[in-house]
Amino acid sequence: MRDESTRLALPAAGDATERPISIAIVAMGGQGGGVLTDWIVQLAEDQGWVAQSTSVPGVAQRTGATIYYIEAMPPLDGRKPVLALTPTPGDVDVVMAAEFMEAGRSILRGLVTPDRTTLIASDHRSFAIAEKIAPGNGIADQGAVTGAIGIAAKTEIVFDMNALAIAHGSVISAAMFGALAAAGVLPFNVESFRAVIRAGGKGANASLRTFDAALAQVQTGSFAAAAPEPAEATRPAPAPMEPGLAALVTRLKQQFPAPVQAMALAGLKKVIDFQDLAYGSEYLDLLDRLLAADRQCGGGDKAFAFTEAAAKYLANAMAYDDVIRVADLKTRAGRRARIANELELSQDSVLQTTEFMHPRMEEVIGMLPARLGRWLGGKPRLVGWLDRRVSKGRRVRTYSLPWFLALYAVGGFRGLRRATLRHAVETAHRDEWLAAATAAVRSNYQLGVEILQCRRLVKGYSDTHGRGLSKFDRTLAAIKLIERREDAADWARRLREAALKDSAGTELDGVIRTIKSFA
Amino acid sequence: MAERSFAREVEDLRLGHGDTFRGEGILAITKALLQSGVAYVGGYQGSPISHLMDVLADAKDVLDELGVVFQSSANEAAAAAMLSASVMYPLRGAVAWKSTVGTNVASDALANLASGGVTGGTMIIVGEDYGEGSSIMQERTHAFAMKSQMWLLDPRPDHECIVNLIEKGFELSEYSNTPVMLEVRVRACHMHGSFVCKDNLKPRHTIKDALNNPKRDVNRIVLPPAAYEHEQEKIKTRMPAAIRFVHENRLNEQFGPKQGKVGIIMQGGMYNNVIRALQYLGLSDAYGNTQVPLYVMNVTYPVIDSEVAEFCLDKEAVLIVEEGQPEYLEQAINTVLRRKDIQARIHGKDVLPMGGDYTAQVLLGGVRDFLERCEPRLLGNRPPAPDATPVLNHPAVERLKQVVPARPPGLCTGCPERPIFAAMKLVEEELGQHHVSADIGCHLFSILPPFNIGATTMGFGLGPASTSAFNVKADKRAIAVMGDGGFWHNGLTSGIGNAVFNKHDGVFVIVDNYYTSATGGQDILSSRATNTRRKTNNSIVQAVKGIGGQWVRQIDRTYDVGRMRDTLKEALTTKAEGPKVIVASSECMLNKQRRVRPQINKAIKDGVRTVKERFGVDEDVCTGDHACIRLSGCPSLSVKQLDDPLRDDPVAAIDNSCVGCGNCGEVAEAAVLCPSFYRADVIHNPTRWDRFKSKLSMAVIGWLQQRRDRKRPVLEALA
Repeated sequence: MRDESTRLALPAAGDATERPISIAIVAMGGQGGGVLTDWIVQLAEDQGWVAQSTSVPGVAQRTGATIYYIEAMPPLDGRKPVLALTPTPGDVDVVMAAEFMEAGRSILRGLVTPDRTTLIASDHRSFAIAEKIAPGNGIADQGAVTGAIGIAAKTEIVFDMNALAIAHGSVISAAMFGALAAAGVLPFNVESFRAVIRAGGKGANASLRTFDAALAQVQTGSFAAAAPEPAEATRPAPAPMEPGLAALVTRLKQQFPAPVQAMALAGLKKVIDFQDLAYGSEYLDLLDRLLAADRQCGGGDKAFAFTEAAAKYLANAMAYDDVIRVADLKTRAGRRARIANELELSQDSVLQTTEFMHPRMEEVIGMLPARLGRWLGGKPRLVGWLDRRVSKGRRVRTYSLPWFLALYAVGGFRGLRRATLRHAVETAHRDEWLAAATAAVRSNYQLGVEILQCRRLVKGYSDTHGRGLSKFDRTLAAIKLIERREDAADWARRLREAALKDSAGTELDGVIRTIKSFA
Repeated sequence: MAERSFAREVEDLRLGHGDTFRGEGILAITKALLQSGVAYVGGYQGSPISHLMDVLADAKDVLDELGVVFQSSANEAAAAAMLSASVMYPLRGAVAWKSTVGTNVASDALANLASGGVTGGTMIIVGEDYGEGSSIMQERTHAFAMKSQMWLLDPRPDHECIVNLIEKGFELSEYSNTPVMLEVRVRACHMHGSFVCKDNLKPRHTIKDALNNPKRDVNRIVLPPAAYEHEQEKIKTRMPAAIRFVHENRLNEQFGPKQGKVGIIMQGGMYNNVIRALQYLGLSDAYGNTQVPLYVMNVTYPVIDSEVAEFCLDKEAVLIVEEGQPEYLEQAINTVLRRKDIQARIHGKDVLPMGGDYTAQVLLGGVRDFLERCEPRLLGNRPPAPDATPVLNHPAVERLKQVVPARPPGLCTGCPERPIFAAMKLVEEELGQHHVSADIGCHLFSILPPFNIGATTMGFGLGPASTSAFNVKADKRAIAVMGDGGFWHNGLTSGIGNAVFNKHDGVFVIVDNYYTSATGGQDILSSRATNTRRKTNNSIVQAVKGIGGQWVRQIDRTYDVGRMRDTLKEALTTKAEGPKVIVASSECMLNKQRRVRPQINKAIKDGVRTVKERFGVDEDVCTGDHACIRLSGCPSLSVKQLDDPLRDDPVAAIDNSCVGCGNCGEVAEAAVLCPSFYRADVIHNPTRWDRFKSKLSMAVIGWLQQRRDRKRPVLEALA
């Protein structure tokens, strides 16, 4: 570029060099972005402005991410402005995001810049498919979006507009329109916003309520959820603890160091709920042994991380998912109450539920006394013959008497659980795992913790459970290969994280191959 | 019909002289057709022109009043062939489709039409599905216009300009005896704007007139030697006529100062964004008051040599703004200047990208580069141009790239196609992966997570045809998927018929959801609703059998995952010869909900006994493995974090958008997943018997529950 260019003066074209107000709405298909767009266009046109909106419905309409774009400006001496069809990064006045990750995406597209953009975003989440299909926790980190908003936006209005809309019986577009009115970036008074909604007719009242609630929430600066929390007082005071339980709790408080008490208490609750007080006592015995090993290895300096991990995963291991537990959970009184509550069931309607169960011979064998179960397990042809009779999808009408009685009866097998084959198998597996962790913690504290955490891989029912177990076994076997290395704990963590990435275990196999290449 | 009314939009079509139309671009186009006095319209739906077809389909009264014939065409080739009505008769006609895919399908008929030429004005409205948000391959319609010699209009994205050009376009077509294409890009189709209307025109010559007074002229038919004559006629008569008309009627526009060292030539569709780019550079105001001479080609083919030459004559350099590749205009204009020995340098794809959208941001870069090279003095004291790079380079934003998940489109909540693909996944687990040819339609989303099924897609209705090579005996069979839309578009003959004829050994799944759902839920031959204007309820199974299919299975409830899986397995393993055809039918849930929801709400309000179904997950039974989601992908099946320190992973959860289709339960059952799903049936306005039964069983159940609860240690006290 030649030097002279910077010295030449270009006469300003006056007011006319002003650009239109530009608004980008980033949403997912089906979120009502089109309605919001129409409202804003109508609002501008009502004030005598020229407004143009564009969108790309296409395939994005089916839950994909999409952008609606609006430009508006008053005409000049009867001349219409020429309005652009796409947002220009760095030149957007208002970005409205109908979902929190979409707010993040709008920042990545450069639509939000600190010199001009007001970002109006709902911070509720609608998870993307990639977040949902991970066998572990695939949910994206909201904090990253919050952090980026702080950098990118000139002004931010962020709250759960979806919850607010639902609380007022409307949809998110009405709440966002209210937030836009409150933001004060459009030179139109609030009444003109309301007029647009009113002209829309259908559902206008609910929309107006939502609009006003959102407006008030932004203006008062309190972005709290709209619906008041149910008063604490309505909850009945807890019944006094029975002596057996109280004794266990006292023991827990006396024996275990403060940092692990909360987790141990949660664990204790879970195993007692699963079985009985004696099982709770067994839990504390096991945990006590692990605590002793923890102390020997200097766990005191490490906030007893080993014991805390044990308190968590031991409880999960002991409260394994068997048929008895499922039947018990499905027949509890609280369960029906919860469903009725979720459905907002009215007094004069009747609720029935249907369970989709598919018991297989494996589950039946698991419920048999250990010796009988083992014997039968050794007869594959007989098992196959039986399985063809047992294994089929069963629609269980939970609250019809015959089905309820059947489930209730299965739930009642709790007393016999300790004698079952499944219990024997689970106990053996559990002890082996604890032994491995205890051995590891003596030479490498963090590795011991990691091994405990590998229990997270075991979950699900039937085939899924089988896959989880196999991942668990492969992970522990791979850890064995590198247990003497200084960075063994890091590798153990990598293995576990890889195992939770995909269901087939492809990533896990990759890490195992890497380990084998140097171990 | 798809139970969706366009009554409000139809009212817009009635606007008269002096009224202001406010609305979507595609509707403005529809109105412009009526203002032009068309005698017939047709076309094939698809983004971005579906709306045009939908509104016309609902506008029977308006069309009848005017005497306009509307036909929904079987496919784009059929629509193009329909234009033959204007070959012999002075009938104005228009058809519309999604381009370039639709133009590909139509090109045989278009080429024949263009060769013989037309008597009545004919217009092909193409929704140019190019750039961001497009659902198809990235190509240009321009090539079709050039190869067949049809005039290509590319109006400025402004309703008034578009409407005016449609009216003028019909005149141009008649004046030059050539079909005219009007290209409108996706965003312009869905652009909200306004224009002042004229009255609708009744066609001067009607279809009825033509039928009653048939005409024929051998010279207009593509047969040697007439075909050779047509080529000469195109070159010697029609093209010069078109050039004369375009020039005399000033269809192309000039803006800004007459003279200048530099200028910009652009396709009409680029105008708005060019103005914005100039504005960023301080060279225009928001009202298009530009300091750089602009030549806006609302007609991009043919190029009007004299206008280009005149524009370039005094310039040192000219920038061509032409979206997409190859750079046809740039080449053409270079030729014009070389022939006339005009020295202006031509820039274009050297400063602008060869492919992709020409957004204001892209144009800003291109125009700035052009001016820096050719006339930097113009740039003067530049105002700061918008620039997001400092923000984008910030570490907090950089980090965001790893966090924000992709959000691909997927099947809707309750979609009846979901269980089909869940079943295919289950079969895959048992019999291994197979070669799957996918097809256009909602079912194409099966190629995305969580299903990841489908290896190729070759064009609408061509899923089955694209497995034709895989017709050998092997350990596995090929699977082809096609929708009911694709089936009637051409798949019956190109796919099934040919598979029967060639004794193809593959498996052919026809996904029948009662509509062409992906394009907005239009009725087709096999739609199950009664449509007073069309004959629906024509069975796909019978069509397949009629064409010779022998192994045909109909599954009339796709949600039966177990049956779906078993049928697929049978098809893949049976010894039967010839194509194995599975017709899997259930109504598109989007359309079904539109239809059923108001009925249900009304029934509940009226006190009629109604059962509403919804699915749920017992969160304490769910282990958070998400195997169910990997076989579903339903938007209403999501995950939630529990407030439980013992749980690491979120559990499955179903939100209140659930429509109770049953897929979750069926999949859990068929795949032996887990017992955490339940279906809740709520009986509204229960009968006395319902109440009695429920009361009785709940009394017993309540007693049993209390009995067991008494034995259980009370754990609530453990915080």
